[in-house]
Amino acid sequence: MPNPASPPIVTEDSCPGFSRGYRLQHDKVREQWVIQAPERAFLADAIAVAILQELDGHTSISTIIDRLAERYQAPRAQIAADVLTLLSDLTEKRILRL
Amino acid sequence: MSTPRPPAPMSLLAELTHRCPLSCPYCSNPLELERKAQELETQDWLRILEEAAAMGVLQVHFSGGEPMARPDLYTLIAHAHKLNLYTNLITSGVLITAQSMKQLDESGLDHVQLSFQDTDHAEADRLSDFPQVQPRKLEAAQLIRAAGIPLTLNFVLQKANISRIPAMFALARQLDAQRVEMAHTQYYGWALKNRAALLPSRAQLEEAARYVAQEEAKGGLAIDYVTPDYYADRPKPCMGGWGQRFLNISPSGHVLPCHAAETIPALQFDSVRERSLSDIWYHSRAFTLFRGTAWMPEPCASCARKEIDWGGCRCQALALLGDATQTDPVCTLSPHRHLIDDAIAEAEKTDTQHFMYRRMGATSLQKTRL
Repeated sequence: MPNPASPPIVTEDSCPGFSRGYRLQHDKVREQWVIQAPERAFLADAIAVAILQELDGHTSISTIIDRLAERYQAPRAQIAADVLTLLSDLTEKRILRL
Repeated sequence: MSTPRPPAPMSLLAELTHRCPLSCPYCSNPLELERKAQELETQDWLRILEEAAAMGVLQVHFSGGEPMARPDLYTLIAHAHKLNLYTNLITSGVLITAQSMKQLDESGLDHVQLSFQDTDHAEADRLSDFPQVQPRKLEAAQLIRAAGIPLTLNFVLQKANISRIPAMFALARQLDAQRVEMAHTQYYGWALKNRAALLPSRAQLEEAARYVAQEEAKGGLAIDYVTPDYYADRPKPCMGGWGQRFLNISPSGHVLPCHAAETIPALQFDSVRERSLSDIWYHSRAFTLFRGTAWMPEPCASCARKEIDWGGCRCQALALLGDATQTDPVCTLSPHRHLIDDAIAEAEKTDTQHFMYRRMGATSLQKTRL
């Protein structure tokens, strides 16, 4: 049984992917991105979409941060903070698994 | 006068069948259950799923009755999955075996909502009128999690099981469920027939809210708490507003704005056998009649909350007032609120354990609808 008091620690070495029952999906009719989840859907903003599209369960967060820093020509530390905050939050909610 | 185009539907409840091995006295199906011979064919459902995806539906909830009574369930899930619809199975679990679980898994099922009557085995038998129901549900939960599919447990709350809410949460954690729905019974159809035996007291409601708050503080479990609207001052925004987000298709193909809408005798519901889903959603009389705010009487019409609670529930206005166009009597601004207070008082002093169980033909001698 998972212990809710200690969710897995997300680091730059982690390789997160979506848990079964969760996915990022483009909603063509409303022209927006959503995270599909059990009996609900969360709207994903442009930053979240850019990060979540990189997840495949094999690529490390460190590699993802490098790619995004390159693509958006932004300081690595700033990208790293955004990425780790989002992915830690979603892992804690079990939307992502490591 | 031009009206903006209504929003596209988000969610489809596909009631594949009204057949069910259980007979719960609070079932959300109508009193007049549809029979197997009336049910849509596989081809009809495949077309419905295609139309729903094209319209903008994001999630399909396969429900019933017991949806696993339909042998084409796996075909329908696989088709929905191919269309990128999120697939949810709402089941009692009693027909889940290792073999059927494998088929569900392989068809690409995203999530299961498993219903429970109670944590007490004898009480679960009494409510479902199905002997030894609990061990089968527990086994189903284990099979679902062993397949890696996320699980929501749904507990229907009523006066006899509120004291066991902490045990329900403990069971959810033990079974590794991600979510729990603690849903107070909503009083339509079968539940309205059995209201005196089900409706909790105000003290019990406060007890329930306390248990939920204690569990939420622990974290690690998503909790949806559905309150009983009888104890609210303002009505619930039923289905997020009539024809705003949600559509329901009955086993025979009637397209409904909610699962209880067929109780409204003045309304004729179109069938997917005769019209497209999109045509019904945007243009049918049943969907346009109570959509938006133009239909509202006072006190709704001049109320600041009219686009928050949408006048409450049409079916409840009909069931309790005999007129679906009235303000939901749950609202304390309704001149008929005393009907709700009377029902609460009656349930508090009633100690009945007698149920009218949900069965085909159980109400066939009854001429009047609710």
